[in-house]
This record gives sequence, C-alpha cells and structure tokens, in this order.
Amino acid sequence: MKQVFLDIIENIPLTKNVYKMKLFGDTSAITASGQFVNILLDGLYLRRPISVCDVEDKVLTIIYKVVGKGTEQMSKMTEGKLDVLCGLGNGYDLTLSGDAPILLGGGVGVPPLYMLAKKLIAEGKKVSVVLGFNTADEVFYEKEFKELGADVTVTTVDGSYGTKGFVTTVMENTDYSYFYTCGPEPMLKAIYKTSKTSGQMSFEERMGCGFGACMGCSCKTITGNKRICKEGPVLKKEDIIWED
Amino acid sequence: MGRLSVDLCGITLDNPIIPASGTFGYGYEFAELYDINMLGTFSFKGTTKDARFGNPTPRIAECTAGMINAVGLQNPGVEKVISEELPKMRKVFDKKVMANVSGFAVEDYAYTCEKLDACDEIGWFEVNVSCPNVHGGGMSFGTSPEMAAKVTEAVKKVTNKPIFIKLSPNVTDIVSIAKACEDAGADGISLINTLLGMRIDLRTKKPVIANKMGGFSGSAIFPVAVRMVYQVANAVNIPIIGMGGVSTAEDVIEMMLAGATAVQVGAANLVNPFVCRDIINDLPSVMDKYGIEDLKSIIGGVK
Repeated sequence: MKQVFLDIIENIPLTKNVYKMKLFGDTSAITASGQFVNILLDGLYLRRPISVCDVEDKVLTIIYKVVGKGTEQMSKMTEGKLDVLCGLGNGYDLTLSGDAPILLGGGVGVPPLYMLAKKLIAEGKKVSVVLGFNTADEVFYEKEFKELGADVTVTTVDGSYGTKGFVTTVMENTDYSYFYTCGPEPMLKAIYKTSKTSGQMSFEERMGCGFGACMGCSCKTITGNKRICKEGPVLKKEDIIWED
Repeated sequence: MGRLSVDLCGITLDNPIIPASGTFGYGYEFAELYDINMLGTFSFKGTTKDARFGNPTPRIAECTAGMINAVGLQNPGVEKVISEELPKMRKVFDKKVMANVSGFAVEDYAYTCEKLDACDEIGWFEVNVSCPNVHGGGMSFGTSPEMAAKVTEAVKKVTNKPIFIKLSPNVTDIVSIAKACEDAGADGISLINTLLGMRIDLRTKKPVIANKMGGFSGSAIFPVAVRMVYQVANAVNIPIIGMGGVSTAEDVIEMMLAGATAVQVGAANLVNPFVCRDIINDLPSVMDKYGIEDLKSIIGGVK
C-alpha cells in the first residue's frame, strides 16, 4: 500500500449515474487486477473505497456509481489532486484461470474485470465476458471489452438490450475452464450455484480503514476469519461461507 | 530525556503518542508503512479470554467528523495472541507495548491479564471496562464505580505491571468511577472510550450498523474528551492517558494541558495511516509556536 496524490485528468459520465475518472501519478502500488484504492474527499471523514478498472502508464482508471455523498462529490470534480491509498486488497489470482476463463460482472461490478480480461488475453487465454445490467440505459464498457479481444455478451434483466435475463443465463450455456466475478451479492450467490468449476468472487463491505487495521469488514470463511479489505476482496469459491 | 519524552508509571516514553487499541491491530500492518519504533508505544487490539469473531457486518458507519464502529472485540483469544500475534509484533516493535484487555466477567479479566503478565514485551495493561459493542460485559463494568473497582482489584492481584483502567464516557459521573479505580489500586486512567451512537440509512430506513448502535469516535468527540480528561485529572493523583478525537499535534498539546500524561490516537489512524508519525514529526515546531520547551512541563497546566 502507498499513499499517493493523483491528478484528476478526466471525469466523464458513462451512463446517467456511472462515471469514469482517470487519475495520473504514482500507481506503482497497484500490483493486481481486482485491487481497490481508497480516496479521501474534502469534508468527509472516511475514505471511499473504489475498485481499480485499469492502470496503464501512470494512469489509473476508476469507474464508480453515484450512490451517496462521497460519489456525488466525486462526480462534480473536474480537476485537482486526490489523496489516494493505492494497492489495497489481494486482487484476482490469474494462475488458476485455465485456458478459457469466463468473467461475469454485474453493474458497477464490471470495472475490476477490465484489467483482469486484459491480463488474461495478454497471456493468450480465450476469455468470455458476460456483463449484466438491469436495463439498456445502464450498459457500459461493452465496446471496451470487445476491443480487448474478449468474447462479450451483455444481459439485461428486462431484455431491453442483449440477452434477456441474468449473467447466469449465459453462464449455463457457455463452456469455461474457471470463473471470475464481481457484482451484487445476490448475483454472486446465483453464480456460486450455477458454476460448474471453481472460481473467484470479489466482495463488497462497509469499511473503516481499507487496509486491515479496524476489523470493520470481517467475514467468516472455510479457512478462518478474513478481512474483505486485506485478505479479500477476492475470495475463492471453495472458501466462501454464505450467511443470511 | 528529550523534550518530547514523558514518564508513564516508571517507563519512559520517547514521546506521548500511543495509537489506540482497535485502530492499530498488533502493529505489523502499520510497520509496513513506517518504522513504528518512533511511537511512544501502542495499545494492541482488545484481547479477551476466548477467541471472538465479533458482531455481524455492517460494523462501520460514517458521521460528520467521525465514525461509528461496532466491531465487537474481534480477536483470536489470549492464547493465540501470545503464541501468534506477539511474536509477529516483536519482529517490528522493540519497545514495551500496552496490552488492552476486555472481559465478560471479573474472572475473565484476571485470567487474561495473568496469561499476558508473563510476556516481557508488555509494559502496561489497559483494562477496558468500557466497550459499548458487547453485551453482558464491557461497558457494564465501567458504568458502576463498584464494578470498575472489582475489576481493578482482580487484575492488580495477578500482575505487578502498571494497570490503566479505560473508562466509558457514557456515564453520569465519570469522576466517581475514576476515583473508585484509583482507590482500588489502579496505576492510571485511560479515557475516553467511544460514545454510544447510531445512524439510520434514509434509503433502507434501517440502522446502518447491523448491531444498530456502536461507538462514536473521531474528531467530533474531541471536546467531550478534553472536558472529561480535565475533570478526572483534577480528581485523581494517578497519570491519565487522554484520548478521543485526537488527530493533530495541537490536539495532543491541548489534551496534555487538560491533564493527560500521554495521548492516544484512534480513529485518525484509519483515515490517515501515517497520522501518528506526522504528529510526532510536527510536535517540536508546534511546541515552538506555543512557547513550550518541554512537553512534561505542560501536563495538567490548566487549572
């Protein structure tokens, strides 16, 4: 982990309430796809954890949905520096992917799969990507994943764009060697049941610090208690205990 | 002794800065970021007799100038703290550490402290009778002078190391509780623990925290902490560790003027992991600014 001050170089809406922000500076602490950064904002006490979408040539791309005060404030920024803790969390383990992994993202769970897809394709893997949204207006990053060379399917719950249904609708009819996913918990549970192979899931939790100090985001797993911010956010399928 | 150093029950601290329990783990996460040997000491994660997972999540809620936590004393239990956590800590921290201990019965506190008493790296005990996040213990010991005194006596019987009793601000008269601890043999008083608080999510119309309520900390509580440190300092003759919303070198000086011999920094570590390093580096110039030659000289300076 590193504390860095990054310059805002771009902040544009992708949909009605999803924004893409590009930040420039020392991004060296980000070592894996699926990691996150924790951003300090004026007037707000706790930092905002946001997943890493991509890192290239000192440019960090994050994609965030406006859900509260912090992300609302972020959406209005056009320039300036942000105080960012970089390189938090474990990230995805690429070594287990097999030859033809499937990547499943739901809503703002889509962004962390981007750098993952890029890395897997660079390793010569045949990558299938399924992007799930509620409706056509919410769809983003289909073109960007296609440009990487992934086999991309978009699903919408209401059928207004792409395949009608959920990401699992596509998963059931696809051959894959392993899966990677990020999205809302009901989607993760459905994938857990549908999946025919092992895989990795990225989880979300309210955090205090984001770097393992406060024990605010603990969860129970088969291999003991883990902190979503430190030993997560990515957990292996066989490690997960669902609590209702 | 340098101009920042203070004496805490016979042990010299290079400076009065102590990361507070529950915000610093067992130190090694922060040791990856800076050399934590620059700290006065730190108070390690609240340790209990048995392992605890703690409360369900969400455990964290943000507030104006602060946060609420309801972690609920998650820790691996005293045996594992001794066999696994302290050896890891020793690799990154050479000074005496403060052992923070909690319990659900008077015997639990005594059991845990007796086990930890054998560890040379522990310089002081900080006995938490004020955790707002557990039922049937914790804060219930700290809201009654009699119970706080019983815990103090029980711990004094099992260790010769100095013991600080960590008090809750969620009481009508903190002075009577502090005095009861002093009379029962406490070597010092730590205050304040968090204030009981609650947030409600307007979208879900439910409490943000799964446990509904939790402990409110952060810069918003600083004036309450200064007031209580001042009140207790004027009533007891044992050293006080002041805490509650401290996040700058100026706050440290204010807390010491109110009567604190040493100062803990809690929630601020979670927002800026370097805050204790920064405070220690800032202290000399801030002391110069306010004409303070030696920090020891200002302890309890406000009458």
